[in-house]
Amino acid sequence: MSHSELASPPAPPSIWHMYRAMVGVGVFCGLLIVTVFQVTLPVIERNKAEALQEAIFHVLPNASTSTTYYFGEADGFKLLEGDGVGEQLVYAGYDDAQQLVGLAVEAQGMGYQDVIAVIYGYSFTEQAIIGIQVLESKETPGLGDKIETDPDFLENFKSLDVSVRGDGSALANSVVPVKHGEKTKPWEVDGITGATISSVAIANLLDRSAQYWVPRIRRNLRDFQGKE
Amino acid sequence: MVDDSLWTIFINASLVNNFVLAYFLGICPFLGVSSKLETASRMGGAVTFVMLVSSICAFGIQALLVAIDAPYLKLIAFIAVIASTVQLVEMFIKKVSPALFRSLGIFLPLITTNCAILGLALFQTNKGYSFVQCIVYALGAGAGFTLALVLMAGLREKLELAEVPDVTKGTAMALMIAGLLSVTFMGFGGLGG
Amino acid sequence: MAPSKSSTDEFIKGLWNENPVFVQVLGMCPVLAVSNTAMNALAMGLATAFVLIMSNIVVSSLRSFIPKQVRIATYILIIATFVTVVDYVIQAVSLDLYKALGAFISLIVVNCLILGRAEAFASKNTVARSTMDGLGMGVGFAFALFCLGAVREILGNGSLFGAPLFHDSFQNWVVMILPSGGFFTLAGWLLLFNWLKQRKAKKEATATLGLRKEVA
Repeated sequence: MSHSELASPPAPPSIWHMYRAMVGVGVFCGLLIVTVFQVTLPVIERNKAEALQEAIFHVLPNASTSTTYYFGEADGFKLLEGDGVGEQLVYAGYDDAQQLVGLAVEAQGMGYQDVIAVIYGYSFTEQAIIGIQVLESKETPGLGDKIETDPDFLENFKSLDVSVRGDGSALANSVVPVKHGEKTKPWEVDGITGATISSVAIANLLDRSAQYWVPRIRRNLRDFQGKE
Repeated sequence: MVDDSLWTIFINASLVNNFVLAYFLGICPFLGVSSKLETASRMGGAVTFVMLVSSICAFGIQALLVAIDAPYLKLIAFIAVIASTVQLVEMFIKKVSPALFRSLGIFLPLITTNCAILGLALFQTNKGYSFVQCIVYALGAGAGFTLALVLMAGLREKLELAEVPDVTKGTAMALMIAGLLSVTFMGFGGLGG
Repeated sequence: MAPSKSSTDEFIKGLWNENPVFVQVLGMCPVLAVSNTAMNALAMGLATAFVLIMSNIVVSSLRSFIPKQVRIATYILIIATFVTVVDYVIQAVSLDLYKALGAFISLIVVNCLILGRAEAFASKNTVARSTMDGLGMGVGFAFALFCLGAVREILGNGSLFGAPLFHDSFQNWVVMILPSGGFFTLAGWLLLFNWLKQRKAKKEATATLGLRKEVA
């Protein structure tokens, strides 16, 4: 074993080999990614649109069609044409008779663990929030996540008063959270025992959102009237 | 388009949603480097620095990718940037303090596969933070990581001298301690909200 | 002289002897974060297994083509590609699952397990053996994740795959679904594994002692 020939050390790979490898692998990877992306894109878009539609119809009962509008302080609400990235969007829901049922608006705010995102429906005729759906929440399972399932809590949002002051610039009464069982006014949100912070979070984010949107929606209501 | 205050973001990243104890990111170095207090704090510092740099780069890359409409390159771009940053940090530490370089050993290049850094880049992109929010987020995450690491190291140093059953020696024990730490940190929930 | 391993051996070692999660304690990050229900854990495990197998195959087929100096960079490039692919496929197949797993799918790319296997095995073995190795490690990983997820879901939610198991009076052990539960459950499984290994080692030690006594 002692006199085995020492093999000469392998020559270092040329720069060409290294480039060839990296570029070759890069091209292969690029092709693969782009192909999969193109194939899955339409499916993903469709799924997202369906999920959104479902949410809109859930918070605007009786609505059967919806149109998306984007908002600008100067021009009011305009029909959305592009993909709406970076725009403030609201969704108008119409019933079978093409009458405006209400508007669905997305809102978010800090909960107990992380940000909670909801979509809620606002009815002009009732001057109230008529439905809510939690879109994203990382609240404590079994406790905070009751905001999605507790029937008493969800009762709050069948008709949550968000009527405006005389001059229409702000809500007459802010949406406020109260302890469970102490709700007396239609703009109060009855909390969940054991999930105080999560229920307070919902009330606060709804208040913030409504304070912003309701006056603006009312000011520009004619933008939504009827579809052709 | 998130209007979280900067203070909320910092508290959230460092305590309420601590990257190690709530998201389980950065476990490998967490369990590997946390046996000595000194190495732990230095690792924490190195990670915070890499997080900061990566966060800024990730913000820039995301803006670029949106501009050229190539969102599918996000992952590859992020990981390339992180790997380069770690390489630079490694060279920097080697020059400035060879002793620190030796004590960190293999764990320095391992920061590249540290899920915490990539996780940070991905989370901040998903949340759509602005530039300043990104920086605060990175600092918070780094601070939280360092805190968890230092706490763990302190506990493990003490445990070295204690009698534990054979089956629990090593990783199992470390995990149980981590679990207890995680429960403790849950007490921070609701802070800064 | 170690006996040469057949392909099936490569597959089996990933399941038990060298199980990535319970023995090698590799690839921990995604393990704990998304293993709070059996469904999520299984999906994550299978996604990781897919990336592992595919990257093992590609790395193995290109092993003579990639020079040593750039190997880590190319491996990461390959792995990141397959992870991106999985990310889009999951998004297309089930938006709900995607929301549950979130950014952790992308985090598969930094799973030390995949890079480790590429470096330690796929770069030095044939495509056939690398595939089996990937398959074994992948299945072992998915199996381990499933164990974690199942325990956490059963104890923390009283259900399995969403189907309720216990009577209504069962008090959910909520901590199991929370991050700390993940740590505790993994520690528990590791304890079990360690104990089993120790028992096996003791048995083998007494067996050899017995043999020696007979021979002596």
